[in-house]
Amino acid sequence: MHHKTVAEIAKDLAEKRYSSVELTHYLLSQIKQKDPALNSFITVTHEQALQQAHDADRRRANGQATAVTGIPLGHKDIFCTKGVKTSCGSKMLDNFIAPYDAFIIEKFNAAGCVMLGKTNMDEFAMGSSGENSFYGPTKNPWDLQRVPGGSSSGSAAAVAAGFVPAATGTDTGGSIRQPAALSGITGLKPTYGRVSRFGMVAFASSLDSGGLLTKTAEDAAILMNVMAGFDERDSTSVNEPVPDYTQTLNQTLANITIGLPKEFFTHDLDPAIAASMNEAKQVYEKLGATFVEISLPHVNLSGPVYYIIAPAEASSNLARYDGVRYGHRCEQPKDLLDLYKRSRSEGFGEEVKRRIMIGTYVLSAGYYDAYYTKATQIRRLILNDYQNAFKQVDLIMSPTAPSTAFKIGEKANDPLSMYLSDIYTISTNLAGVPGISIPAGLKDGLPIGLQLTANHFREATLLNATHLFQLETNWHRQHPTF
Amino acid sequence: MTELNLNDWESVIGLEVHAQLSTKSKLFSGTPTAYGAEPNTQASAIDLAMPGVLPMLNQEAVNMAIKFGLSIHAEINQTSVFARKNYFYPDLPKGYQISQYDLPIVGKGKLRIVLEDGSEKVIGITRAHLEEDAGKSLHEAFQHLTGIDLNRAGTPLIEIVSEPELRSAKEAVSYLKTLHSLIRYLEICDGNMQEGSFRCDANVSVRRKGAEKLGTRAEIKNVNSFRFVERAINYEIERQIHLLESGGKVVQETRLYDAIKNETRSMRSKEEANDYRYFPDPDLLPLHISDAHIETIKKQIPELPEQKQQRFKSHYQLSDYDAHVLVAHRELAQYFETAVKTANGHAKLATNWVMGDLSAALNKQNLDITQCPVSAEHLGQLVARIADETISGKIAKVVFQAMWDGEGSADEIIATKGLKQVKDNSAIEATLKDILANNPEQLADYRAGKDKLFGYFVGLAMKATQGKANPQQVNELLKKLLDA
Repeated sequence: MHHKTVAEIAKDLAEKRYSSVELTHYLLSQIKQKDPALNSFITVTHEQALQQAHDADRRRANGQATAVTGIPLGHKDIFCTKGVKTSCGSKMLDNFIAPYDAFIIEKFNAAGCVMLGKTNMDEFAMGSSGENSFYGPTKNPWDLQRVPGGSSSGSAAAVAAGFVPAATGTDTGGSIRQPAALSGITGLKPTYGRVSRFGMVAFASSLDSGGLLTKTAEDAAILMNVMAGFDERDSTSVNEPVPDYTQTLNQTLANITIGLPKEFFTHDLDPAIAASMNEAKQVYEKLGATFVEISLPHVNLSGPVYYIIAPAEASSNLARYDGVRYGHRCEQPKDLLDLYKRSRSEGFGEEVKRRIMIGTYVLSAGYYDAYYTKATQIRRLILNDYQNAFKQVDLIMSPTAPSTAFKIGEKANDPLSMYLSDIYTISTNLAGVPGISIPAGLKDGLPIGLQLTANHFREATLLNATHLFQLETNWHRQHPTF
Repeated sequence: MTELNLNDWESVIGLEVHAQLSTKSKLFSGTPTAYGAEPNTQASAIDLAMPGVLPMLNQEAVNMAIKFGLSIHAEINQTSVFARKNYFYPDLPKGYQISQYDLPIVGKGKLRIVLEDGSEKVIGITRAHLEEDAGKSLHEAFQHLTGIDLNRAGTPLIEIVSEPELRSAKEAVSYLKTLHSLIRYLEICDGNMQEGSFRCDANVSVRRKGAEKLGTRAEIKNVNSFRFVERAINYEIERQIHLLESGGKVVQETRLYDAIKNETRSMRSKEEANDYRYFPDPDLLPLHISDAHIETIKKQIPELPEQKQQRFKSHYQLSDYDAHVLVAHRELAQYFETAVKTANGHAKLATNWVMGDLSAALNKQNLDITQCPVSAEHLGQLVARIADETISGKIAKVVFQAMWDGEGSADEIIATKGLKQVKDNSAIEATLKDILANNPEQLADYRAGKDKLFGYFVGLAMKATQGKANPQQVNELLKKLLDA
């Protein structure tokens, strides 16, 4: 029951095999019973969920159900939800309740989805393990000693555990795809601008993309139909027509060319991951796709570029958390400077502080040109690399992450090693192109993720290729027992 | 201060003006910009910098900036970029101000100013850019605490930066007044200096006459009247010269003008200055402006002071000075033109009244033309009655005072008070005969050669007719009677 997909649940609800209220009750009890072991939710919205489920059933009875009415979802605690705490995984916002819904929350609510709660995450989406949450680390349901990946750690774990069939996430450098890979689920990061950022707490504005963690590409297509689209409140959202992503899932891959960037297939790649990539390649060849080796010459600079641009934007985006208007405020401030210093020292965790300091440094007079300007120039070269590649190929394939899930605490004191978790995912954010992570194998009982990227606004191609892969394979149907 | 050799020195002044654009809503949120509302009632989630909210650019503000740029003959940058200016302050909710840095919307332009001696000078404008205002910190009324009012936070400003081409406090004031007049003609700013809609920072330095290199400058912050600008700059010039002549050095710093003590005081030095860490705002795309859009805005620009001055000179035959004064304020020029129209085109007489009695009365009560109790139509009617000799110039002053006091239009007052000029020759002659008969001594003296007494008789005649007699007729008839 609890490993059903969105598509399956939608069908069941339509056939009245169970009601939305029954389903919601069941999942809430699962969460209550089992989430203490995972810590995937920061807030469970028990009453509101039942109310929404009730409304969904009534809507169905009135013949006004949409394709997703009654579908239960978890939302990453980075999306503002009217009346429900939005902490962003931080002590700073532990007391923050937004008076507005994020764009995607509005969309899912309007379509009749049911929010079961707000999922755990690395503080302000900064991290690749879920360990940087004020609310404690999320455990990977495949192995409770291990991280589920991050920063959308709670969403990944909750979907993998079957608490929700799907959850929202955000991806700034890999925060949807990497946890999807480490948790054995499907993770879609749409094109930058495809999904409005309104109401999504900003980490790095030019890189942040709202997206989905699901069990299948089909589910991602169903939910993208709801959340993609233009929003005038986000100046960077793009007014580009939204196709029906479910309509093209079964298109043939006969004319599809997939590029294998030589920079991503190096001799130090984990042999088990390399083997999974090879198997996946054979599946795609069987489906009619052609493979070519390509080069993304500047992609090796993605990490350094990312760790300049993202902290630079973050240092400015997080300046608003000053203890003045909302959020954490220190006790008995002596004066203004004391208020700022203590509120921020107490409210932010170590990783957030580290990035604020890096960002402040790279934007400082005398360093700006050497770091920030240079980074933006290289970012442009990386985008050019992708644009050149997409003249030749339709999709680019690579591993999602360099390893399977690592142990909690293993990299916590080694930020540089932690930053390497995102080496295959970061460049897509820098280029603004969409990417998806697909379950493609297991190594010692831990999931391996395969990443496909496509050109701007080619989510339909990504979902099509993933769907056909999932019809041929069973990796996405493997579930952890915990 | 001791005697200074002011003449050995040249002062170099550049001004930064912040003009609040009179848009209906804020620069990046849809919140209304109403002034004077209860604190924090004109502030939305965007103005409060809540998590996850994003800026949306107000097109009206962009159009106003374009309008301004075109009116100073500046290049409108077809691509401009919004940048974040980062600093912490409680009335700056985001922890950064959205401004423009490398690429402002308005590039180099120029402004023609008129100096005291009537000569003209062209002052270069370096740039003008759009930015949002901060909120207000309120230190009074809260013991040991600071109140924050975010009603003003996010209000659109245009910052206009001049080249350091002003050479005296007077030139600076003339530049400011010209700019003030221009933005009000364009209707992009209400120009209210008390409410802070038009604020000025002055960069002041001095150098020995003939020297090429600029001296170290001090920036005087937020001076909020023309008079204070003049005083603050003069104080600062003398301070710097004094310092240099006594072997000291000017340090680059920000200074605050204290209007009560009439002095500038150091606020912070260059070392203490913030590093604003400007970078392009990733929440806003670069602003692109098409040629077609610029053309559309161009068509909306009204007649500007310079053109209006030329037209007043040629059309109404006004002097340079009169035309300059009348066009300085859009409303005054408008008043004048309405008055002339109602006065059937008697421009010279209308000019004298507007610039004479009307201006004097306004000044006396510290009113501006928009607060004038006498409408342009009523003044025009008064001028018309003088021109058609219904009343004399002298009676006109009585009528004007009555209009000022709210007693009605010129015609109504003339009618109710019976002030219509007496032009009946026989009536005036009868009055004069009476006067001469009742003043035999004076008559004798006059006849004995005391010519001055002519005026005495005229005075009596005007008094007897309560000023209503036509003075010219009185003169002629009296002369005839005396010579008889």
